[in-house]
Amino acid sequence: MSVLIVVESVDGEIKKSSIEAVSYGALLAAKLQVTPVAIAIGVQDQAALQALGKAGASKVLAVASELLKQPQVLPYASAIALAATQEKASVVVLPKSTFSDTLASRLASKLKAGAVTGVTELPDTSAGFKVKKSIYTGKAFTHVEVKSAIKILTVAKNAVQPKEDGGAPAIEAFNPSIPESDFKTKITKTEKASGDLLLTEADIVVSGGRGLKGPEHWGIVLDLAKELGAATGCSKPVSDMDWRPHHEHVGQTGVKVSPNLYIAIGISGAIQHLAGVNSSKCIVVINKDPEAPFFKAADYGIVGDAFEVVPKLIAAAKNYM
Amino acid sequence: MKILVCITHVPDTTSKISFTDNKFNSSGIQYIIGPYDEYALARAVELKEAGKASSVTVLNVGEADTEPTIRKALAIGADDAIRVNANPRDAWYVASQIAAIATAEKYDIILMGRESIDFNGGLVHGMVAELLGLPSVSPIMKLELDGTKASVAREIEGGKEYLELETPFVAGCQEPIAEWKIPNMRGIMSARTKPLKVVEPVNVEEGISFVSFELPPAKGACKMVDATTPEKLLELLKNEAKVL
Repeated sequence: MSVLIVVESVDGEIKKSSIEAVSYGALLAAKLQVTPVAIAIGVQDQAALQALGKAGASKVLAVASELLKQPQVLPYASAIALAATQEKASVVVLPKSTFSDTLASRLASKLKAGAVTGVTELPDTSAGFKVKKSIYTGKAFTHVEVKSAIKILTVAKNAVQPKEDGGAPAIEAFNPSIPESDFKTKITKTEKASGDLLLTEADIVVSGGRGLKGPEHWGIVLDLAKELGAATGCSKPVSDMDWRPHHEHVGQTGVKVSPNLYIAIGISGAIQHLAGVNSSKCIVVINKDPEAPFFKAADYGIVGDAFEVVPKLIAAAKNYM
Repeated sequence: MKILVCITHVPDTTSKISFTDNKFNSSGIQYIIGPYDEYALARAVELKEAGKASSVTVLNVGEADTEPTIRKALAIGADDAIRVNANPRDAWYVASQIAAIATAEKYDIILMGRESIDFNGGLVHGMVAELLGLPSVSPIMKLELDGTKASVAREIEGGKEYLELETPFVAGCQEPIAEWKIPNMRGIMSARTKPLKVVEPVNVEEGISFVSFELPPAKGACKMVDATTPEKLLELLKNEAKVL
């Protein structure tokens, strides 16, 4: 028996959320007294595969197939389902992402498994198998009992502390045979802002809102983000007006983030925006309106003009960091 | 080209969420079409208006109280509607109902939102596709049709991915796939008489169950820092909050 952990990578590099997922899977495997096995598709670098051992995997299935280099839902689902069967997985763990949620749904159908996305804690296995997940876009939580023999979980950021004390894993090549019908969907082009920190992966996020008055004023947001090593986000009106690209939109209908530190500049804090950030560990709000509703959801606040406060903050960060 | 759009009936995005006796407290809650689902519907209607689709059917798995929401979808421009008369217990249950309808009706495209905004599962489109043996893509923000060939743009972390696929397929949608549609008077009037078929659910084995609900812990008071000394903020973030 095993817990099978799916590792997501971008251009061969393992995502940080996957290291967390492996740690989660390893802690869960210890609880269930089974083997934690990771499956890494398209990761060639041996040191990167070894790092999965550090995070707690005792075995790594490395899939080198050229056909699977680019993440695609159908063939990935087939490959992972085959691995789950080979490893007699009782739980399949994936890092939460838009890609892996779809993957999880297909795996659930293939393996006749109950699936829960975005779990925030290790399961309670004292009686049955219960997991906690956030619902109503972070406004509430539910405890879900998974009754099927095989269980599928996607793991939210910060569900567990990443492990670093694991040993060297056994690395095995895994060559699943994928039906040709899985390749009917063709990726024609990928557009990516290169070198940017991924919003969902970042420990610190700096976001700007309509209070910044125009895209030409985004320099202070970008500069502060650079000083703090943060990713940048924005509010819905800002992305609707095309001041910033859509993938930066943080909120109920945009990207949900849960960084350690979220800094909101010139965002009033509509309930839809809060829904996307309310699982952040610490929230800082900078707004010139002392009545801005965001202050009620914040840990720290500065009432002041962003164009005065933020440059000072950048200067301070230069000396401080 | 027949399009099926699956919609959820969910609390408005500004709703205050609470639970009484371990049940969602729906008093004072305004229900809406899931915002992502509504974008999917708007795109389907646009495709029909452009002559690229022949019909748009909406489907909801829900009890009788969801009918006003379904009528709104008809007012936006769907031709007819199906309600599967059941409590939408979980993603697998809903997907099984949709798949049962789609097996009989043979739609070319099945659209829905990327996720429901109540349980945020994001699972239904993939499950439906797997049950029907079809490809699925999500979350998509562009959908163009050229006969049976579709080109879509999918949001990926930090960018976009462009894909091509043939119908039939399933997709989870999000903005800005279509212009937000506000029903006009003619739409509202005609929605009253458009066909709404009620069908009974198929049996599905229970895989998961929601045992209990809780609200997040209340936030403490916000600590204010003077605007003239923002360096104080960094100090607090480092030494007190320990997040730097």
